[in-house]
Amino acid sequence: MFAYPQISKIFLSRTEQLEDVRTFVAEAARQFGFADEGISNIILAVDEACTNIIKHAYQNAPDKEIEIRIVREKKTFEVRIFDQGKSFDPALLRNPDLKEFLAHHRRGGLGVYLMKKLVDDVEYHFVPGHTNEVRLKKYLPGL
Amino acid sequence: MSEFKIHHRDADNISIIDLKGYLDAHTAPDLEGAFQKLLDEKKYNIIVNCRELSYISSAGLGVFMAYVEDIRKNSGDIKLTNMPPKIFNVFDLLGFPFLYEIYKEEGEALSKFKEPKNKIKD
Repeated sequence: MFAYPQISKIFLSRTEQLEDVRTFVAEAARQFGFADEGISNIILAVDEACTNIIKHAYQNAPDKEIEIRIVREKKTFEVRIFDQGKSFDPALLRNPDLKEFLAHHRRGGLGVYLMKKLVDDVEYHFVPGHTNEVRLKKYLPGL
Repeated sequence: MSEFKIHHRDADNISIIDLKGYLDAHTAPDLEGAFQKLLDEKKYNIIVNCRELSYISSAGLGVFMAYVEDIRKNSGDIKLTNMPPKIFNVFDLLGFPFLYEIYKEEGEALSKFKEPKNKIKD
């Protein structure tokens, strides 16, 4: 079976790495034919996922690892993001009520909401006590 | 390193903050510091000019959420202006245009602040 190529890079769990994360993912998305708007949406979704990992999974510990894997599936460009921190709270997977957020000026959870809006699909995979994975999927251009 | 710069100007009793560059989780604390400084100085009429803002994530949007309530309690406001379309789209996705006054030009926001406060809204 033909295997599509994968690109992978490891980043440290600190916010100053976010720019490098965005550059890495933007270059990959461009190679897969995405135009500027698609690239902007993908890198913002990845930024949100990594920010959540830094703040919540690793609780701002600066020397942990975040692996970003770019995977091409048949119809999708996928960014798979791995960490070994605290597992994501499944309660946050619910669709946040935006009106409620805005009314109470709540800050947390906005990133999760944005991720869902920016890409075509968001999946979470957990191996408890071992690895958390977020998959951000975007249909390839022209499909 | 993400480049982000904040420049502060005053026009009458209105504080204008110019944002430039990348506003993400790394640089959001700089904006928090700028808002906190204005609050400490009891400056509650604030315009944020986004003309040179290249990027914003929810960490940046969260800063506005964190301060707007205190500012409005003191009869002030945060008004946003000159947003590039890419930046407006992110605000729009989160429904911020319902919560914040967003103007194409800084002059419109300045005029709005200068209107009598007790005017009944249409």
